[in-house]
Amino acid sequence: MENTQFFTYLLIMAGSTYLIRAIPFACIKKKIKNQYIQSFLYYMPYTVLTAMTFPTALYVTDSILAAALGLAVAVLLAIRKKGLTVVAAAACCTVLIVQLMLQYFA
Amino acid sequence: MKHNFIRGLKAGIPIGLGYFSVSFSFGIMAVSLGFDWWQAVIVSMACVTSAGQLAGISIMASPGQYMQMLISQITINIRYSFMSISLSQKVETKLTGIWRWLYAFMITDEIFGVATMEKSVTRSFLAGLFIIPYLGWSLGTLSGALLGNVLPPIIMSSLCLAMYGMFVAIVAPAAKEYKPLCIIILLTLLLSTAQFYLPLLKEIPSGLAICFCAIIAAAIGAKFFPIEEVGK
Repeated sequence: MENTQFFTYLLIMAGSTYLIRAIPFACIKKKIKNQYIQSFLYYMPYTVLTAMTFPTALYVTDSILAAALGLAVAVLLAIRKKGLTVVAAAACCTVLIVQLMLQYFA
Repeated sequence: MKHNFIRGLKAGIPIGLGYFSVSFSFGIMAVSLGFDWWQAVIVSMACVTSAGQLAGISIMASPGQYMQMLISQITINIRYSFMSISLSQKVETKLTGIWRWLYAFMITDEIFGVATMEKSVTRSFLAGLFIIPYLGWSLGTLSGALLGNVLPPIIMSSLCLAMYGMFVAIVAPAAKEYKPLCIIILLTLLLSTAQFYLPLLKEIPSGLAICFCAIIAAAIGAKFFPIEEVGK
């Protein structure tokens, strides 16, 4: 690809992505007092993470079954208050084990 | 202060692992679309946004569609604005002026998810948190673009769940503690599942769909279960 074209596209892409992040972050300095907005901002992080995870995560590995079991293991460990890294590692290991089993037994 | 930095660094490990595997496939995809390896790496280092980059390089492959590029980036990435607003409420008072402009660059879904769980987000925690994900994202793209398949596919496939496992570790314990949050999480699951499988709705680009589901569920939560006081 031609360099001028590449860098023009890059500028639009990186510039818009950066400003979308930076303008609200840099310009909102006051604490928001409104209870509705406070509540909205409390719920939002959790709803974003949930919407990103399900059902997308079922399709990111090579097997829906493996991903579903990986997520189930993650939920079980998470509600027992295991840390982020432990839960993430256990989810990955579950997927690996299930995929290996599927390879050998299916 | 050093303690916060190290804590941030550690919290970045699962994100970095997940990013490595996601950006690895971005690298492969970019090269297969005809980009040079260094172009793929520059895109990753300048944007740090998975869905936006994926949409971006497919538009880049054809010439002159600058307006379309702008629109796609805004719709896919508008969720970052909401995260930035939310995070702006939680950062320590020391994080002002130029620091905010610098740190805003690294507000991604995953980093937001981890940072927002802090009672007060410190500058050193964020600095530590940024490092490994940024390295993972850049090096993953580089490896994918140069090497194709270095790791056995079965390992790559397993690593893809790391980030999602981490999300579960953030959401599930909080939902267990607070009943209204649990209800709102179930509502979000319902919305995102419906969006994912129903005809017409499933045509919505994923970045935008996430944004819609999250905003609707959070708005319902705020209306019916307003919380007493933030920061408890």
